[in-house]
Amino acid sequence: MSTVTVKTGQPSALAEFWHYFSRNKGAVIGLVVFVIILVVAVFAPVFAPHTPNEQNRQVLLAVPAWMEGGSISFPLGTDAVGRDILSRLIYGARFSLFIGVVVVTLSVVCGVLIGLVAGYFRGKVDTAIMRLMDIILAFPSLLLALVLVAVLGPGLTNAMIAISLVNQPHFVRLTRASVITEREKEYVIASRVAGAGTFRLMFKTILPNCLGPLIVQATLAFSAAILDAAALGFLGMGAQPPTPEWGTMLAESREFISRAWWVVTFPGLAILITVLAINLMGDGLRDALDPKLKRS
Amino acid sequence: MLRFFIGRLAVLIPTFLGVSLIAFSFIRMLPGDPVMLLSGERVMAPERHAQIMHDLGFDRPMYVQYFDYLGKVLHGDLGTSIVTKRPVLGEFLTLFPATLELSFCAIMLAVCLGVPAGIFAAVKRGTWFDQSVMGVALIGYSMPIFWWGLLLIIFFSGYLGWTPVSGRISLMYFFKPVTGFMLIDSLLSGQKGAFASAVSYLILPTIVLATIPLAVIARQTRSAMLEVLGEDYVRTARSKGLKPLRVVGVHALRNAMIPVITTIGLQIGVLLAGAILTETIFSWPGIGKWMVDSVFKRDYAVVQGGLLLIAGVIMLVNLIVDVLYGFINPRIRH
Repeated sequence: MSTVTVKTGQPSALAEFWHYFSRNKGAVIGLVVFVIILVVAVFAPVFAPHTPNEQNRQVLLAVPAWMEGGSISFPLGTDAVGRDILSRLIYGARFSLFIGVVVVTLSVVCGVLIGLVAGYFRGKVDTAIMRLMDIILAFPSLLLALVLVAVLGPGLTNAMIAISLVNQPHFVRLTRASVITEREKEYVIASRVAGAGTFRLMFKTILPNCLGPLIVQATLAFSAAILDAAALGFLGMGAQPPTPEWGTMLAESREFISRAWWVVTFPGLAILITVLAINLMGDGLRDALDPKLKRS
Repeated sequence: MLRFFIGRLAVLIPTFLGVSLIAFSFIRMLPGDPVMLLSGERVMAPERHAQIMHDLGFDRPMYVQYFDYLGKVLHGDLGTSIVTKRPVLGEFLTLFPATLELSFCAIMLAVCLGVPAGIFAAVKRGTWFDQSVMGVALIGYSMPIFWWGLLLIIFFSGYLGWTPVSGRISLMYFFKPVTGFMLIDSLLSGQKGAFASAVSYLILPTIVLATIPLAVIARQTRSAMLEVLGEDYVRTARSKGLKPLRVVGVHALRNAMIPVITTIGLQIGVLLAGAILTETIFSWPGIGKWMVDSVFKRDYAVVQGGLLLIAGVIMLVNLIVDVLYGFINPRIRH
């Protein structure tokens, strides 16, 4: 007996997504760069020529390899205590990506839950939640994060908590707006008439249909988290030395700005490239997930 | 319109109360004794501790303390700095013009470059110009501005020696502040070269602070223009034989500006957050640097008052933007 495969002509959701995503060349470049950074971060000990905190006292502020007097064993030069900058950047990628993942997870989970409740139940609960979000949004995010870290104590964990807290109102607002649009649609009413309970309606019926804008916002929040954490590190309120976090590395190198440009340039470049790659991906995701753009 | 304005104002009241509650709780959430934190003393006798506790009202129920605090705030009493022993509001008012001047220059730069760049990118959609503008905008949007500031210092101040690194004006010039805005005060002083000096100190911080708003405004203008250029009324205007400049400049631009103005208004919060970093890098004596310094000096009275004042400024700006938005877009009002 032979089997017959029938092609339905309907591409899978993933294939459709890739079709729209790959039309944006910038997004594909962003994805490739991001994957490279991810691989380098995961296999940091394989790629890094030295350990991040290894001090080479005989080569303080060594110039990058391509400059006169540079050494190939320190490709991007060394910092003020003789640590290899490339190795610290490679290990630093771990921190930045970890910060992004933790902050996005925390703010998405809290933001989506609160937004779902506000949008689904409406009324006084909604008003109370939205006023609370207005209060958080009334402060500049970095200032609130800075003050929160002052309350909780400087450090990477507290910085991540603070950034998550100031980030989540965006998810609350976005989820609420999507839920309000979706809950009046016929498929939700049909599901309710068929006897679906509140939880099923909220999480299984409505939420999956609100995911598009949330994924795009999560991508943007990922890059914003990396920038905010680096800014807190730069102000001395994030990760503490000798952690090879990129913002903290910049803060440590500030005083050598006039005589060793490389100690300042490369950590910032690493932040810029990572954030740029993620934002490029975000643009592509928006193209792929926004039904309004698909039609045009 | 008045009804719309009152409606918006009414929404602000609970938000302001919430903001004041956060500022009030801040001191009480800090690890350590609030009496020690507010008095700035490390060791004190129990009698003195009790006395200060009573003076500050910490021995009363929490809600009484809150309403007392709120009453003082409404009367303009935001406490006294532990470090300088000056009233917090007075310090804020002295430093705020510096931040306002920097923010104003930055937003002007962002609007003057961002709006035309966005319009041309939309009109020339898909060309190298469009792609370069959007590429540069995305880089600007992704820029860690504290690093960008350092790079500019290395190049323009260190390598070329064109611009000064920190402060608001050269030490050669001294005059009494009249308005608090260095550009105006330097002109009023009549001293030769003072204005040029003030401008030279302002250039780099302005570029750094304008970077992200510039990128956001350019992107937003482009997408708003693209949307409007596809509308029927633009096609009608074109088919009537109107000149392209009139179609883009009058018919399309007026409607595309509505979301752009909201975006510009929303950038005020971004500017104040950016001011924290920009002022720290360039030692610009504004409220951003004041807040960061106060956090480090543990001058919590200043942090508490500053939080409330900065949030107040942002709420006020948002209200103005809302009202302006209602003014230019009647659909919102009704």
